[in-house]
Formats: sequence, structure tokens, C-alpha cells
Amino acid sequence: MQYFRPTTLEDAVAHLRAHGPGVTILAGGTDLVVQIRAGLRAPEAVMDIKRIAPLSEITRTEEGGWRIGAAVSGAEISAHAGLCADWPGLVEGVGLIGSMQVQSRATPVGNLCNASPAADSVPAMIAAGATVYVLGPNGMRKIPVEEVAQGPGKTSLRAGELVTSVTLPRRAARSADAYLRFTPRAEMDIAVAGAAVNLTLDDSGRCTFARVALGAVAPKALLVPEAGAALVGTMLESDALRRMAAAVTAACAPIDDKRGTATYRTAIAPVLARRAVALAQTRAAA
Amino acid sequence: MPKIHVTTTVNGGETEFLCEAHHTLLSVLRDTLGLTGTKEGCGSGDCGACSVNMNGRVVCACLVLAPEAEGATIETVEGLAGEAGMHPVQRAFIETAALQCGFCTPGFMVAAKDLLARNPDPSETEIRYWLAGNLCRCTGYDKIVRAVQKAAREPGRHART
Amino acid sequence: MKDDSQPADYRWVGKRLDRPDGADKVTGRARFGADIHLPGELVGKCLLSPHPHARILRIDTGKARALPGVKAVVTGADFPVLEDRPTPVADYAFNLWDQARTLMARDKVLFDGHPVAAVAATTEDVAQQALALIEVAYEILPHVTDLEAAMAPDAPLLHETMITTGVAPGPAAPSNIVARTMLERGNIDAGFEAADIVVEREFRSKPVHQGYIEPHACIASVAEDGRAELWTCTQGPWIDRAFCAGILGWEMSDLKVVATEIGGGFGGKLTVYDEPIALRLSQLTRKPVRMVMTRSEVLRRTGPTSGSLYRVRLGAKSDGTLVAADCEMILETGAFPGSPLGTARAIAFTHLDIPNLRLSSAEVVSNRPSVQAYRAPGGPITCYAQESVMDEMAEKLGISPFALIRKNAVREGTVSLAGFPLENLGLAQVLDAAEALEHLKTPLGPTQGRGIATSYWKNGGGQTSVSAILNEDGTVNVGIGTPDIGGLRASVSMMVAETMGVPYDKVTTTIADTSQLGFNSFTAGSRTAYAVGLAVVGASKDLIAQVCERAAKMWDLPPEAVDYADGMLRPAGPNAGAHDPVPLATIAAGFAKSGGPIMGKFTTDGPGAGPNFATHIADVEVDPETGGVTVLRYSIVVDVGRAIHPDYVEGQNQGGAAQGIGWALNEEYVYGADGRLQNTGFLDYRMPVAPDLPMIGCTLVEVPNPNHPFGVRGVGEVSIVPSVAAVANAVKDATGLRFFEIPMSPPRVLARIAGARAAKDPSLKPAFR
Repeated sequence: MQYFRPTTLEDAVAHLRAHGPGVTILAGGTDLVVQIRAGLRAPEAVMDIKRIAPLSEITRTEEGGWRIGAAVSGAEISAHAGLCADWPGLVEGVGLIGSMQVQSRATPVGNLCNASPAADSVPAMIAAGATVYVLGPNGMRKIPVEEVAQGPGKTSLRAGELVTSVTLPRRAARSADAYLRFTPRAEMDIAVAGAAVNLTLDDSGRCTFARVALGAVAPKALLVPEAGAALVGTMLESDALRRMAAAVTAACAPIDDKRGTATYRTAIAPVLARRAVALAQTRAAA
Repeated sequence: MPKIHVTTTVNGGETEFLCEAHHTLLSVLRDTLGLTGTKEGCGSGDCGACSVNMNGRVVCACLVLAPEAEGATIETVEGLAGEAGMHPVQRAFIETAALQCGFCTPGFMVAAKDLLARNPDPSETEIRYWLAGNLCRCTGYDKIVRAVQKAAREPGRHART
Repeated sequence: MKDDSQPADYRWVGKRLDRPDGADKVTGRARFGADIHLPGELVGKCLLSPHPHARILRIDTGKARALPGVKAVVTGADFPVLEDRPTPVADYAFNLWDQARTLMARDKVLFDGHPVAAVAATTEDVAQQALALIEVAYEILPHVTDLEAAMAPDAPLLHETMITTGVAPGPAAPSNIVARTMLERGNIDAGFEAADIVVEREFRSKPVHQGYIEPHACIASVAEDGRAELWTCTQGPWIDRAFCAGILGWEMSDLKVVATEIGGGFGGKLTVYDEPIALRLSQLTRKPVRMVMTRSEVLRRTGPTSGSLYRVRLGAKSDGTLVAADCEMILETGAFPGSPLGTARAIAFTHLDIPNLRLSSAEVVSNRPSVQAYRAPGGPITCYAQESVMDEMAEKLGISPFALIRKNAVREGTVSLAGFPLENLGLAQVLDAAEALEHLKTPLGPTQGRGIATSYWKNGGGQTSVSAILNEDGTVNVGIGTPDIGGLRASVSMMVAETMGVPYDKVTTTIADTSQLGFNSFTAGSRTAYAVGLAVVGASKDLIAQVCERAAKMWDLPPEAVDYADGMLRPAGPNAGAHDPVPLATIAAGFAKSGGPIMGKFTTDGPGAGPNFATHIADVEVDPETGGVTVLRYSIVVDVGRAIHPDYVEGQNQGGAAQGIGWALNEEYVYGADGRLQNTGFLDYRMPVAPDLPMIGCTLVEVPNPNHPFGVRGVGEVSIVPSVAAVANAVKDATGLRFFEIPMSPPRVLARIAGARAAKDPSLKPAFR
């Protein structure tokens, strides 16, 4: 295996062009190194992107949102006051990826590109309406975050492409997000199911906008438009929550595996979604 | 394939080593540099026995590729004690009997030292969540939590590394 | 916490002193199994079977041998064929042939991860490449990884000729049932006929791993003359020597086993896995061979303890008098026999005086790794079944679990059905202390519950030999042969310091290797503070006798005319005052002129280990919507005889409880339909992490064991015995539902709640409806 450590995006693109699909991108490495050691992946080369300065930054977008570079770690996100204020649910999701030690390294963009259905940061990014910036041989393209993962371990990224950043939209007034997952242990566990909610309230407390996304209940993290639609125009009263929960249940298409049964995942996803709505509502109203 | 030459700072001293790209920082520390205080319990980032401080943050050395250490500043358990003697966390672990077999202890102490540097007065819950990535099978964590609380009560010793 | 203000007859015993190996352990200096390197060492690695059950048709190692850097390749054929019978080793009998086939398959592989070959190579990378080049042709056979499926008449047979023992007449056909046993007193049928209330239940548990954080590791070095050294992280270097010498057909004096520091064992490091392989590879290559398991190997190849099916029937008169109990224990033993039936049987209902009692058991093989001891082997699952029915019986009688035990508590001086004497018991004192806990008075919320469980553990003594050396400056070096897993050196030094009347820091305790002492049994069975304590006190007294002789010689008095106390020698009796007192150090310094070096020893078979009892109280909260169970509060009350070092006694108990909590709630193996283990790491083998647990209260009750100079009883194992039951009874108290299967993982708990809700089960508590 070769190891490349470019310091500019130009060099990174050149490596990708020269080595094609044989080069695997190393950001935090908390998935990749485990996979290499377990013999699940044997890349010809890894390209470490942590020394490319712009990929290690959290910056304001022109629209007033946030841009998170592909090499930004969970610990850096949790320590960022602006992100914590605007996107507490996303910060929660990122913060649930592994231990403090893993947080020191793991990146939400890596979490996204690893394409685990249970990736904790992804439902919140989907609920947030995040956009992913992808640099390839033909320049930069941007895609909605929910279009990156295609199934377990599979992404829509093409050979030679590199995700450079993910952007979050400008935070509207009286809006907030939340992410909740369930794991048998308090920490150090993979989500059996997860739910992210991003919503906006008007002055009367009526929900004017809502996105609901789920993790670990389908081959990839899901946006559930019907669940969001069930909330919009309501005061988030119990009837609306019941309709939202029904939409969540209907969207679940999980499998049985060592981490949970399909029945169990389907049973708890609406519970988590309901609790996430309540948490987001409290935050938005505050 | 030629080996990769890496220059790094380990426990305050400049260190050079040769490695292959797929080797981990953990295997270099233990097998190449002889710093066997850092332990391997799982090799997958799930037990924290290989916790080391790298560039100011605690990482699992088993999840770091050795070439990534180029130019880094690394502190292992062997670097916790200084000229003034043992670090308060080390003394507290002994004094509160926070270790039984002692295998997980280096990782716990590296993590605990970093916690106290960031948060000199952590609550029990904060201690437990910060140390969630460090598995101990002997103690039930009770005396480990007490050790961190005891170390926290030692004033003025928790400067950032 | 223990009240340290009790009568302070002792200068060192009972104090919370710094452990002598503390500095090594907190600085990284302590050398564990994988920390030992030797010049010129090779890396040894095993090739593991991917199949749970298959016949090995052919193993072709040619390509692997041809790889540059590969120095040796071995298969089962490179080890002697042994007799299939138990070999006596001290108090034990081990079937070395079973052990040999566990560590390297012959003819058939019997579980996913069963080693089929091993290589020694210059580097880890080369070793890995070599494993990939070994070609194994398998004939895949049907497999069975489930206890009850393995007992079915048409189950695939692991050992095609195995006939169940212990039944008369014996069955004609082979099966996976290794053996059946039965113990009975009174008349079971008459007992149940006389009962007013009968509770009858079945309980199921899954195999769980010991979960030590240090993977198995060893390094073997065999010289050209055949003499060998082995460093390994083990609980018993002498037993390892017996295993290795027996499996390899070597003489014991040719093999020196050195116990490194050990990163947890809990029974899982009582045996050998890679050690004989490393020795054989080293013998072939004449180079040191180092073998370190990965975590995945640990989970696939080693441990666990048995899964189980218990059928329990308990009968009582309406006044609460227990009149009959019938307990059938069926234990899963993995690929080869060796389940903890004996210890399971030893604890069942032992703290109770039940006139009609039957304990029957069966042991069943399946395509899983062979079980090994795990802290109080068989105890927690037996107690789970026993204390669940006791809890239910107390509920039906309308009395507290404490009242039910008190009414039926075993009487002092009886012998248990399994044949263990029940003397000098601390049960009443444990119950008194438990009932007085403030914990029991704290209120619980609508989704919370409290569980109580009490149990007995018999504790062990066993073969022990130690040395004590008086150095010329008056300090003392003690050599023991039992690895220190949790503060043993501290306890030993304290007992020696107390006996010798010298300061704690003048005593250094070292773990000797097998060439330096006589036989020593394991660090296991809650025996070390007890039996090693007996031995080091004996060795200390041997030293004292010798220094008295030297002083007597100096003063020209008979030895019995010299008194020794607090490190000083004085003429005694009629000669008192005839000479000035002499410090121990003076006698030590003058050894060369008084008869030579001064060295004491003591050997014992460790009789008289006292049984003990513990009560655990757990508070839990159950999430009605997810089935998640959180342990909110936990208290332990335990009779420890005498706590030599209270911190480490508390630590043993807290750690045991934590293991039991994991067992009760989340730990289990997940095997796929293909018979392969799916959760081969700490991510999915879910042991408790720090935020899963509360602080664990520990009340040490001291009812001294008269058979030990300081009153010690074992503490390592009783700590885990009631834990699973306490959690299960707490979940019952919270939800109204009794759980008959562990782990009580969130999916199981939620399914049970949903089922009860759908069935409008009146026992379901309101908050869960």
C-alpha cells in the first residue's frame, strides 16, 4: 500500500487522476483503518487529506450557512460555537460517532462516504438539507447529501472524485434540529435506529417547515418527506405526531442483523422520531 | 516497496522510524520504538487501551496509520510522569486502587489527563462519558471514576499538553 | 464502604495501602504478555477454520512453506496423539487430548475459529501472507450452535461415538449429551405433595465471554538442547506447564513457564491455546516464537462460559417453609466437555435448608468454542434461576425476599448436598447489613424497579508453595507462584509484614516461575488471598523460627528461649533481660557467621477455605417504548471474612457485579445461520462501558474464617453470583414481567412488554400499558 499526503487540492486531484480507483481517501481513518486491518479492504494507496488546509476548516458560506471541510473532525465540530448554536442536532449526531478517541479523528464527511446505513451524522445532515461538494476530474459538482449513500458501503461518488466539504443552509429564526438514536449501551455502540428532525415554528408555535430523516432502518439513511409533511401546519400536537410516526413506520425497511431485529428497529424508529420532534420543538421555541 | 521515513516527537523527544503505509502508530510505538506501555486490546478502536495523545487530542493509536505521525507530537503513558514525579492522575490511580490487572490503565490515564486539562472539575457523568471509549473489565469503573475525581482535586496540575 | 475504624489489632492488615506494583502499572513499565520480546523472535499465527463443523480432507502447506520469511508451518499432525482420558494434575483432572484438539484441530473442525494450522515467520505481514497460502480442503458438515437443537435426536454429532455417561442403563446411540448427573436428598415427590405453593419455571441463558481486555499472548524459546522457556499471560504457570508438557510429550523440568503481568483472566486464562503451538514452532525453528491473539481470535477461539437451560421447581408451605426444590441444569459446553456442572451444582439452593432437594444436570456439546471457567463458573446462571423462583415465591407468600431466606436459612454445621461443609457462616450478618441499607428506603418511579438476590459461594484453597528470603539488610523477599491479577502482591506483602512485624515497604513480593517453587495451583477459585495467605504466613513463621535459632545460637540459649516480636529478638522466660534485644536486621546481616543464608518456605494443600454469601440490590429503569434497561443504583453486601486490603476487596466485588450486569442485559454471541460468529469485537460484544453503570456501593461484612490466620474468605467469585438475578428481579419489579431468558436486551424486553400489552396481561405495571 502506498501513502500520499497532498497539501493542495490540485495535488489531490492529480493523485486521484494518476491512480484511479486504486486510491482510497483517508480522513479520520476510524472506519478505513479498521477495514484495512480486518482485511475487508486492501487499497493500493491511501490519500491522507488532513494536510489540505481548506478541507480542515469550518467557515461561513456566502448564504450565511456553514461549510464543514471534509477533514474536520467530530471533536472540532463539537467545540464550534456557531455550529452548536445553529445545528445542535447535527452536532449531536456527529458527537455520537464512537468514543472521545474516535471523535478526535472521525469526520462527518467520512461518516457519510463510508455509507453505513447506521451512520449517526447522516440523518441530521439530511434533515438539515445539507449539500455535498464533490471535486472530480471535471471540476466541482454539488449534490444533496441524501444522494451520496446508495446502500451499505456504496456511494454515488465516481472514481477519481473527492468530497471537499458539506454545507448547511442558513439557519432560519425559530428553527432547530435534533437527533436521537437508540443503542443498547450508553456509548460505544452502533445505532439500532436513529431519527433526525429539523423544523421551523412560527410565532404562534405552528410548524411551518419540517424534515425528518431516519438512520439504520433501510439500506441507507432516509429522508421521509411524508413524516415532515405530517408536521407542517400543525402545532405538533399528538394527532400530528401520530401521523408523523405512522409515516416513519411506513418508511422503515430494515433488516435483522447482529445489532437488532427488523421488528425492533421498526418499533423504535417512530419513538425516536417523536422524541426528536419534541426536542427540536423545545429548542426552536427557546 | 521502500519503507516510509517518519519524523515525529514522542514524549518530548524527536523520534524517527521506518514503517510501511499499512502499519499503525500502535504497532510502531510498541514494536519499533519499544514503548509497550500503550496496549492493544482490540485493534479496532473499541477498547481505548491504546489511547495516546496526538497533537493535543486523545486518539486510539490502533486507528492511526504510522505515516500520519509525521511531524506530530505524541504523548504516551511513558510520558505522563515528569521531572516532578508522577502526574496527579497516576498517583490518584494508585491511591484509589483504580486498577486491578492494570492493562487498561495506561489508556484510562491518558484519557483522564486530557479530560482534566479541558475540564478541571468534571461531574461524574462527564467523567463516565469521556471515558466511555476505555473498557475496563476488572473494576466496574467505580474506583476509576473516584481516581479521576481525586486527581481533579489536586490544584494547578492540569495544564494542557 | 468499609468502616476502617474497627478494632485496629493489626498494623497493616485492613489498611488501604499503595500496591507494590502500582508505579509499574501506571507508568507503562509493567510487562504484560505481548510486551515480551526476545532477540531473533519470529511471529507465530494460526489459520482458523471458517466453518463451524467440517471434516479436514487435506491441508497443503507447500506454498506457505515456500514463501520467503516463513520458517515453519505446523498442523495437528505435528503434535502427539494423546490418550482420550483425564490426566491428573494436582487436585484436577484434565483431558489433555481434548485440550490438544481444541488448540489445533485434528480430522474435524468443531467451531468457527478452530485453528487448523500455524506458521512462524519473520514478520507479521509475512505470517499473514503465509496463512493465506495454506490450502485446506474441507468437507462441510451440518452444524449446531444452539443448546436445545444440539440435544435433539437428529442433531449433527460432534463426536460420532460419544455415549452419554452417568445414566443407567447407558443409551445405545451416541448423542451430543456428554453426561448426566443427579444428586438427591429426602423425597422430592413427597416434598412437593406437601407443598401449599409451587413455583415452576424455565430459564435460558447464552454463553458469555470473560472479556479480559488483554488478548492471550505468549513467547516461547526452545534451545538446541531441547530446554524451553515460555512467557505467557496466565492465571496458572504450573498448570500451563502441565498442559504444555503433556500435550507435547516433554518432561516438566525441560520447560520453564514464566507468568507475565496478566491483563485480566476471570477464568479464561486457566488453560493454554497458543502456548504449545509456539513451543512446537520454536522447537522446529530454534528461534523464539511470539504469538499474540487478535480480539477476533479471542472471541472466536477462547472462553466462553456455558449457555444454559434451567428447569426449577420450588415448593413451600403457606407459612413460608420451603419443603422441596428440584433444579435441572443443562449446560452448553462447546466443542469439548468441560462445563462447570460441579460448581453450578455446588451453589444451587445451598444457602437454604430444604429437606427435599434434587439437583440434576446434563452437559451438551455444540459447534462453539470449548467453554472455560468464568468467575464463579455456573454460579450466576444458577443463581439467576434460583433467585428468580425465590423472588416469585416470596411474592406469592407476601413476604420479603429477606424474610423468605431467614425463615429457611441453612443451618450452621450442615453439609451441602454437593458435599461441602457449611461452617462459620456469615449469612445472617449479610442479611442484617443488607436490610439496614439506606438504599432499600429510597423511593422508585413508575418505570423503575428494585431487585434483590442472595447467594453462596464455596471458595477454594488448593495447592500452594511459597518462599521467603531474609535479605542481609533485614528486608524480605517473598516468592509466590500465583499471578497477581488484582492486587495480590499487596495483600501478600501486608500479611507477611503483619506476621513478621516489619514495615510493609520492607517486604517485596514477586511472582516466581515454575523452576523456582513447588507446584502452585492457579490464581482462581477465590483461593489466592486465602491459600497463598496461609502459605506466606507459614513461610514468615519459618523465617521467624530461623532467626530465633540464630539468636539463640548467638546467645547460647535454646531456640525456644528466644522471643520474636515487631522485628526484635529478645531472650524470653527465665533468660529475659540476659541480653539486649537485637533487631531482625542484625541477625540478617550476620547470616554468614550464624549458619548460612536465611530462607523460609511453606507448602500447603490449602484446606479450610470458608464459604461466603453476598446480597446484591439493583435498581433499574425500563424505557417502556424502547425496552432499554438502565441500572440506576447498585449495592453489594458481602461477607469477606477479613478484608486484607479493603480497596481491592471492594474492587473485586464491584467488578464482579459489573460483569453480571453486562451478562444480564447485553452480552451474547451472535452466530449466523452459517454457524459463524458475527460479533467478533468489542463493538458488538457489548460489555458495559463507564456510562452504563452507576457507582457500586459495597458493604464489607467481616465474619472471620477461623481456618485462616487473618480470617480471610475468598472474594473474587461470590461477587458475580447474585448479580444477574438481582438485575432480573429488578426488571420484574419495574415492569411486572419476569424474564425467563437473558440477556434482557432491549429487543427482548420490548417484545415482552408489547406481548403483555397486547394480551392485556394484568401483571404488566401501569406505566407500561
